[in-house]
Amino acid sequence: MPATTQRPAGKKVLLMATCLCDAFYDDVARATVEVLQHLGVEVGFPENQTCCGQPAFNSGDWKSSRKVARHTAEVFAGDLPVIVPSGSCAAMHFHGNRLQFEECPDGAVESLANRTWELIDFIVNGLGIREWPGRFEKPTRLAFHRSCHLRGTGSGEAITSLLSTIANAEVVPFGQAEQCCGFGGTFSVTFPHISGRMGSLKLDHILEQHPDLLVSGDMSCLMHLTGLAQVQGRPVPHKHAVQVLRDTLQA
Amino acid sequence: MVNRQPIDAYAHDIDEEKQSSVSGGSAASTDKRYSALFSDYEDPNALRRLASRIKDHTLHHLDDYLEQAESSLKRNGCHVHFADTDDDARDAVLSILREREITRLTKSKSMASEEIHLNDHLIKNDIEVLESDLGEFIIQLDGDVPSHIVRPIIHKNRREIARTFQREGIADDYNDDPEAITRRARVHLREKYMEAEAVITGGNFISAESGRVVLVTNEGNSRFGMAPSRVHIALVGIEKLVPTDRDLAVFLNLLGRSATGQQLTVYTEFISGPKDDSQPSGPEEMHVVLMNNGRTDVLASNCREILRCIRCSACQNVCPVYRQASGHAYRSPYGGPVGAVLSPILFGDRFPELADLPKASSLCGACNEVCPVDIPLPDLLLRLRDKAKREHIPQPGDLPMAPFATLATSPAIWRTAMTMSKAMNHLPIEMAPVRPLQDWLGQRTLPEWRGGDFRKWLKKRQSD
Ligand code: SF4
Repeated sequence: MPATTQRPAGKKVLLMATCLCDAFYDDVARATVEVLQHLGVEVGFPENQTCCGQPAFNSGDWKSSRKVARHTAEVFAGDLPVIVPSGSCAAMHFHGNRLQFEECPDGAVESLANRTWELIDFIVNGLGIREWPGRFEKPTRLAFHRSCHLRGTGSGEAITSLLSTIANAEVVPFGQAEQCCGFGGTFSVTFPHISGRMGSLKLDHILEQHPDLLVSGDMSCLMHLTGLAQVQGRPVPHKHAVQVLRDTLQA
Repeated sequence: MVNRQPIDAYAHDIDEEKQSSVSGGSAASTDKRYSALFSDYEDPNALRRLASRIKDHTLHHLDDYLEQAESSLKRNGCHVHFADTDDDARDAVLSILREREITRLTKSKSMASEEIHLNDHLIKNDIEVLESDLGEFIIQLDGDVPSHIVRPIIHKNRREIARTFQREGIADDYNDDPEAITRRARVHLREKYMEAEAVITGGNFISAESGRVVLVTNEGNSRFGMAPSRVHIALVGIEKLVPTDRDLAVFLNLLGRSATGQQLTVYTEFISGPKDDSQPSGPEEMHVVLMNNGRTDVLASNCREILRCIRCSACQNVCPVYRQASGHAYRSPYGGPVGAVLSPILFGDRFPELADLPKASSLCGACNEVCPVDIPLPDLLLRLRDKAKREHIPQPGDLPMAPFATLATSPAIWRTAMTMSKAMNHLPIEMAPVRPLQDWLGQRTLPEWRGGDFRKWLKKRQSD
């Protein structure tokens, strides 16, 4: 689901923190600000932001999700790049919104679609950062879970390659990596059995490689996976990719 | 559990052995597909896009190509029948057989015939039908239904099959060696082939240009069935047309690789009419029944891309939901992502009853990634969810989204709710505000609620 137009890059951006970081993962949003500022980027944060509207969109209530999308488009109006530390919410802007506004095009929503970047995609392909000057203190095996919304975007490749340049980091492959973790938002509520089984399978494949750290570009997948792992008695250390970037820089 | 969707309930109750046959078989096919495509093509995606454009073009000019196909088929000496509904298709087949007093036939695997329950109809009308594809033959013996569009018995293991053969007298004793199973089926089927007066097949493609009907199989059963038969009836959906013979190269290269990881299926037949004088055997008459059965409605809908489908099953194989639930959970001959899109709209009057199928997906997009004709399956699933909502078809576990939208468009209330909800951290699971959340929390822990903390941190950082 690639964005179809040339997106604006540059050293001044707006941050969409996502509702999940707003509610649970404040440190991921913090790391996003810290890493971007470290790279000399000026980060604006529109106070009135809420959510991309994906829960309503995925459940088929497009009337509701269009309402949220219009709100978000208004909050992020202008011509600055909009940076999202989540492949899933970014894809909502440049793919989901296009789908739900097909029959009632909206200029502001379309403009948002054309300006939205998943965070690491922006760092690598927008800012041109190909190497990360970070270091782990000791050799560290990273299992990178490529979330599904990164399919067909530049993000998966961007995250893997950037993580690989960190000193002492090894990105280890694992089985059936193309398979979904089973979160899927409301899917995990109405398909509890299948969602749980998918998550457990994903964990099996990941843990088989004994990674030191599970990394993803989407906290929603990590919330689901690590929540399952916790209950199953096999907790796994995890971080958002941007936390890895920040933390290895400090170390 | 009140929130559970029907497909989840099915997966929850499925026999463990059946589930592992399905997921093991599917995963193996996914791997084979990948190596077959990527070892032979530098960029298989370019090929997928080309195939998608050819199909799109054909569907866009379907009227013209149908007309052309009809005259090409007739030029080849075929009889052409147009069947608008499933009834029409069944009647067309039955009357061809009745007029010729045919009471025995063999049938090679055809999803179109599954779609209209052709076997049941013929048997009810005293016609002996024998499925000649090994998988379909076993399905027929068991009174079962296929659970996969390419491998109908993916849900069975060889022990079950051996038991069936013994029970049905196909063999005297129990033997679950796959080779023995195949050998036994062959002996049984060969005799039956010779007695058959007609053969019914599907059709994977029809070239409008030449009127060639293309059939792919791995067992050669359709070919074998044709030799002794007087009459060949091909039942084909109207979306199976391609403009020219040249286009077949694109599709045949994709079909085998996507379906079974083969460069080409073992048998690829190009049938251009009944036998001619130079041929020692083969049907004297060939009938092509071109079936609509809801396809023009699909074409008129906003999910028309699904008509590009070449029934390769790659989307089924890769689908994590299908792997857990099996094809039977989808309540139609088409399971997995293709079924979740096709069934609710193809059988138009069954939409309310099948409207839950498009929900059976985490929207992971793996299906789109493997589809040889690049069908945006997740988008189509979403459009059907929207349709279900607009038609007020209630679904189990649906959370009310209007209040969420109100909250998400009222930033001040949103910010307050973010901070206030910290109280949730101290709430025991049983007191979670909504039932679905309670269930969710049964399986997983939730991270600590830290609503508003980032905003506070940022304010401080900005003022420092
Ligand atoms: S939808 Fe695509 S992947 Fe699925 S069966 Fe049809 S052609 Fe194959």
